[in-house]
Amino acid sequence: MDLLANLSLGFAVALTLKNLAYCFLGVTLGTLIGVLPGIGPVATIAMLLPITFNLPPESALIMLAGIYYGAQYGGSTSAILVNMPGEASSVVTAMEGYQMARQGRAGAALAIAAIGSFFAGCVGTLLIASFAPPLAALAFKFGPPERFSLYVLGLVAAVVLAHGSLIKALAMISLGLLLGIIGTDVTSGTQRYTFGIPNLSDGIGFAIVAMGMFGIAEIIRSLEGVAKREVFTSNVTGLWPTREDLRASWKAILRGTGLGSLLGILPGGTAILGSFASYMLEKRLAGPSSKFGKGAIQGVAGPEAANNAAAQTSFIPMMTLGIPSNPVMALMVGAMIIQGIQPGPQVMTQRPELFWGMIASMWVGNVMLVLLNLPLIGIWVRLLKVPYRLLYPAILLFCCIGVYSLNNSVMDVMFAALFGLIGYVFIKLDCEPAPLLLAFVLGPMMEEELRRSVNTTRGDWMVFLNRPLSLSLLLVAAVLLLIIVAPNIRKKREEAFHE
Amino acid sequence: MREPPLALQIRHPKDFYAGLIFMVVGVAALLIGRDYSLGTTTRMGPGYFPALLGALLTVLGLIISLRSLLLDGPAVGHIGFRPLVLILASMLAFAVLLEPAGLVIATAALIAIGCLGSVESRARDVIILSIALIAVALGLFVYGLGLPMKIWPGS
Repeated sequence: MDLLANLSLGFAVALTLKNLAYCFLGVTLGTLIGVLPGIGPVATIAMLLPITFNLPPESALIMLAGIYYGAQYGGSTSAILVNMPGEASSVVTAMEGYQMARQGRAGAALAIAAIGSFFAGCVGTLLIASFAPPLAALAFKFGPPERFSLYVLGLVAAVVLAHGSLIKALAMISLGLLLGIIGTDVTSGTQRYTFGIPNLSDGIGFAIVAMGMFGIAEIIRSLEGVAKREVFTSNVTGLWPTREDLRASWKAILRGTGLGSLLGILPGGTAILGSFASYMLEKRLAGPSSKFGKGAIQGVAGPEAANNAAAQTSFIPMMTLGIPSNPVMALMVGAMIIQGIQPGPQVMTQRPELFWGMIASMWVGNVMLVLLNLPLIGIWVRLLKVPYRLLYPAILLFCCIGVYSLNNSVMDVMFAALFGLIGYVFIKLDCEPAPLLLAFVLGPMMEEELRRSVNTTRGDWMVFLNRPLSLSLLLVAAVLLLIIVAPNIRKKREEAFHE
Repeated sequence: MREPPLALQIRHPKDFYAGLIFMVVGVAALLIGRDYSLGTTTRMGPGYFPALLGALLTVLGLIISLRSLLLDGPAVGHIGFRPLVLILASMLAFAVLLEPAGLVIATAALIAIGCLGSVESRARDVIILSIALIAVALGLFVYGLGLPMKIWPGS
């Protein structure tokens, strides 16, 4: 069977000593930043991008992927123990998990979160392995018009999942696409929006924008108020859930895995959405007389499984179609481009060792995460006691050194500061930065496909509607837009984000 | 306090300013992009996509701003000027100092200015953090990863 042959190739790559080490480094770092509030996987991956340039592509991607799904594990630890989700996707976990911790059941909550995440991670890995090849085969049939329409769909999906106003998300996308134009036009050699600054002639780096808007802006926002933290450390005893806990949660884990996998595959899908959807489903199924709100274990098990499943399956559109579904995937695309690999369906056929090695490493990484998170929970708990005033200067320094080492340019550090300012302004004005970053990454590719499509048909814009595949992609995008504009669904969506 | 019925006023400040920013950027993109060739109908030039986006952003910004005169929304809220100014200043100091003075001095400046951004920081923190982080930066980035960076002035 192909799947087995592919997976064994993957494991051969993932189980080399070097790649095991990078995988371990990635998941450890991921857990660390997942536990610590105030720094997320986006800023971390952006910081490490310049360093990955010196690594072989497999090792680089294995490590960066490990940071992303490792952060999902770590995020639940601080959500349960401090009621302060380390990652946005753990917001829901905090609701029931923190209540459990207050009742002295932190150990059970942590364990069930890890078990749920591990199960979901395994399923997610299998799903990628089985669905990626057929999707990539489909993507091979795509010409420039289809790819353009696909990018449009990806951006529309990003709008659907941004919270807040639809029109502001659209404006952020336009702004992101415009930022992506900065630099030298590949076709004509024209310098666009470079203002005569030599650093801009190659465009602004993804890492600079991401680090400014997700790293620096977040530090400034966190320093606005005084953070209050209450850590339930003495209560972490009995790390093994009772048989009753397991019986109460196994169905929730299965449902969470299903929901999360599905939502993660959609372009624009994020781990946050999966965990929210799972929480609402479990709450509804449990009924009004349940323990929900007072420490229901299903409310930890389901969402934790869902966010990890979604984190895994969100790799599918990135690796098969080349469209990033969230900011982390956008940075992974950036990492591949730095390595000289054009993301898309050809990766699987031209670099099978890279593709399957990364997938196999995800399973390996999930095993490592269970070992890291359960027996070593004490270490992570101790980290939670480090006050933010000692943490943020370190984050700030690593951001600055990371940006500088991209091109050995101090100008880039100033640009990162500028994007920190821009990011903070947008936080204050309730404009979501994620659609901007996706559009920024997709912008140059989108323009190229647009120009190719229109130029080959001698200026006929109908090319996007005449080709069935392209038309159907655009129709899906249109339906998605209509759905969110429809008032009753819009209301539900807002409820989902507020709950 | 009742407002006169037809007077235009900003009822959704966040959206009003956001719209304004989008409009300004959109118009600027159009104005600067005038110099780029739009191309012909059969061959799209480098100015086409920017013009399209500039126009789109301007229109979206206009709609968002106008809508803010009709819909109610929350105020912009507290702006943390202290962390905003000091964090950005610390980065600029790092950028300015790194090449003439080297990593050690630039890092010390970054930490000293950056720590002022938090009301909770103490003088002791600055000293301990500076020493610890300079050691980490040297060990990890300069010796560990071999990034080519100047360490001391003149070196």
